Amino acid sequence: MNVKEDTRSKLDLLLSIFIVFFKIGVFTWGGGYAMLPLIKNEVVEKKKWIGSEDFIDGIGVSQSIPGPIAINTATFVGYRICGTLGSIVAVTGAILPSFVTIILVAMFFLGFRELTAVQDFFKGANPAIVALIISAVIDIGRDALKRYREVIIASILLFLLLYFKIHPILAIVISAILGLFLGEKK
Amino acid sequence: MILIQLFLIFAQIGLFAFGGGYAILPLIEKEIVNNFHWLTYKEFLEVVTISQLTPGPISINAATFVGYKVGGILGSIVATVSVCLPSVIIILIVVRFLKKFETNIWVTNILKGLRPAVVALIASAAYSIIKGGGISDIKGIIIGVVSFLLLRSKKLNPILILILAGIVGVIVYI
Repeated sequence: MNVKEDTRSKLDLLLSIFIVFFKIGVFTWGGGYAMLPLIKNEVVEKKKWIGSEDFIDGIGVSQSIPGPIAINTATFVGYRICGTLGSIVAVTGAILPSFVTIILVAMFFLGFRELTAVQDFFKGANPAIVALIISAVIDIGRDALKRYREVIIASILLFLLLYFKIHPILAIVISAILGLFLGEKK
Repeated sequence: MILIQLFLIFAQIGLFAFGGGYAILPLIEKEIVNNFHWLTYKEFLEVVTISQLTPGPISINAATFVGYKVGGILGSIVATVSVCLPSVIIILIVVRFLKKFETNIWVTNILKGLRPAVVALIASAAYSIIKGGGISDIKGIIIGVVSFLLLRSKKLNPILILILAGIVGVIVYI
């Protein structure tokens, strides 16, 4: 009897993890940072699944490892609530809305993309994408390039990327190694 | 065979997706457009726009779209799962010694070191889109400059700017 009840409450918990992260996935438009307050509101304030401090630590880790911050935070919070299974359920819930949307767009869009109006829409949107990206360079550059050394490294890497067409992974590896050697020792 | 390739390439993209969002574009372009020819450059630009207009991070949207295009529903599942896999695995390992990880001097030095690369990668994505035909005439230049000004001064929502720019495109390029 007890075992049955345990299983049932665990299933309930997994289901509500799924629903909460599905909801978060639906509202994650335009970048992960926008969704952090939403995640916090759901899992810290409403559901009280994890404490505020633990959540902040989780965001710290989510920022320091590869992958979208929304997915990393979902993995972390899911794990805290219900172990590995919890993190799998949270990530699945968070991804599903965008997965379904893109599948629908791909099915629908691949038949429509040659239409002149659709092509003109993209032709108009492309310069705006460039504007968004340049704006991101300014915002992130302001935070990330605080010292001359960082400005110089970024400039050299950009030069290597554009003129020598080095692989983007090589740029990442070079800067990680420079960080190790030039960083503070203690 | 195509599923294994999708798995390997998108796991690689997931593993090196530092800095969030646009910083991943050069890697997607290199592997998906130049090396594997799964998308033309024009399609790549379309995927970037679509990904900005739909929920979800760019890397995951791109994985789902490319996976679907080259391998159907199964391909899209494989690509989407594999792009998430590296970060999920890393978190599940790191979560066990959270405090030590965050304050580890090696980790913080590497992360600080990555910052210039993230800026360079995003800047190279902008350059590549301009050079690749994203801005092809005077109308494009005007749309780009106006979008930029709206974004910086009026703080308009990027999705709104993108939709407006697209509508302007439909009107002026007819």
